Amino acid sequence: MQNKRKERIFLDPIFRNNPVTVQILGICSALAVTVKLQSAVVMALSLTFVVAFSNVIVSLLRKTIPGRIRIIVQLVVVAFLVIVVDQFLKAYFFDISKQLSVFVGLIITNCIVMGRLEAFAMSNSPKRSLIDGLANGLGYGFILIVVAFFRELLGSGTIWNYQVVPQAFYDAGYMNNGLMIMPPMALIAVGIIVWIQRAHQQRKEEGK
Amino acid sequence: MENIANIFVKSVFIDNMIFAYFLGMCSYLAVSKTVKTSFGLGVAVAFMLTITVPINYLIENYLLCKGAMTWISPSFADVDLSFLTFIVFIAVVASMTQLVEMVVEKFSPSLYNSLGIFLPLIAVNCAILGGSLFMAERSYANVGEAAVFGFGSGIGWLLAIVSLAAIREKIKYSKIPKALDGLGIAFIIVGLMGLAFMGFMGIKL
Repeated sequence: MQNKRKERIFLDPIFRNNPVTVQILGICSALAVTVKLQSAVVMALSLTFVVAFSNVIVSLLRKTIPGRIRIIVQLVVVAFLVIVVDQFLKAYFFDISKQLSVFVGLIITNCIVMGRLEAFAMSNSPKRSLIDGLANGLGYGFILIVVAFFRELLGSGTIWNYQVVPQAFYDAGYMNNGLMIMPPMALIAVGIIVWIQRAHQQRKEEGK
Repeated sequence: MENIANIFVKSVFIDNMIFAYFLGMCSYLAVSKTVKTSFGLGVAVAFMLTITVPINYLIENYLLCKGAMTWISPSFADVDLSFLTFIVFIAVVASMTQLVEMVVEKFSPSLYNSLGIFLPLIAVNCAILGGSLFMAERSYANVGEAAVFGFGSGIGWLLAIVSLAAIREKIKYSKIPKALDGLGIAFIIVGLMGLAFMGFMGIKL
């Protein structure tokens, strides 16, 4: 019983209750960094780190935080973790940190982080909050990676900066779809993912 | 003067917060069901951006940057506090929303009634923090330019949310595949609007 609940805490956010496509949280940054797979993966990892650890910290503090100022306290915890991530990226992955520009900073106001803190960490034990944070981060990362995979493949013909569309295709007249690199296509891609997911879920519910 | 007009047009149309950078998307999609409420939220966002961007500009350039504190004493020339940027910006945004809420409540109850419910939402709206972070990244020349940038971005956000709300009010009457209804179609509409806005790209005054 106990184990099953934990499993649900972990699996729900990845598929059935995905933070991006079902709860519509954290879309802001999800879309802007999905031009290349590499930046999407880095962003997903940074967010997972921030959500997981801020969940643990807030959950540890949950009995001492006064209700009235909890938002400010949460913001400070999150901002501290984001600064750690930002400095780390600047030190070791300077190019990627330049590409992500302001979006690392915007993890602070990412609704997934604040939403999980309010909805889960404030009323659950640190261990469960850690699992919940990891799962939500991964659910977010999953969507990011799917969108980035298609955008990079169709937009630049590469995956993880390796050329995958063979030169022969280009010689035969194939062209990269420049539209996929443009920001609006990210929205349309997410729209289509939402569509597929909902249609799938409906069929499942009807089948029951 | 020309420069100011340029920054304004650029921040409203070309670098539109929603269509080019997807900032403030969460509340953008959640609140854009009717024109009236979305107008209220849009005004609140524009208002907060106009206030917080110049304040953060001053803080950044007179306290946080490398060598920014030389006006206090020349010996501070090597002090670099820029790693504190995020935490200071978010603190300014959160406290300004609180302050504005209190001031508006005290002096203009009618404005508070129409705007008030949106103000708490705004502390965690990425558009506000994003405005300040973009301002820091693009290094504007003076506080006036920063203020115009903040105001322009806010107007752009207002424009985007009101037009989406108008479309969504009409689209309620259309037949949409069931799985796509609601959220899915909203994404695709925003995508198409974004494509239209890309037509403004490259305009320079």
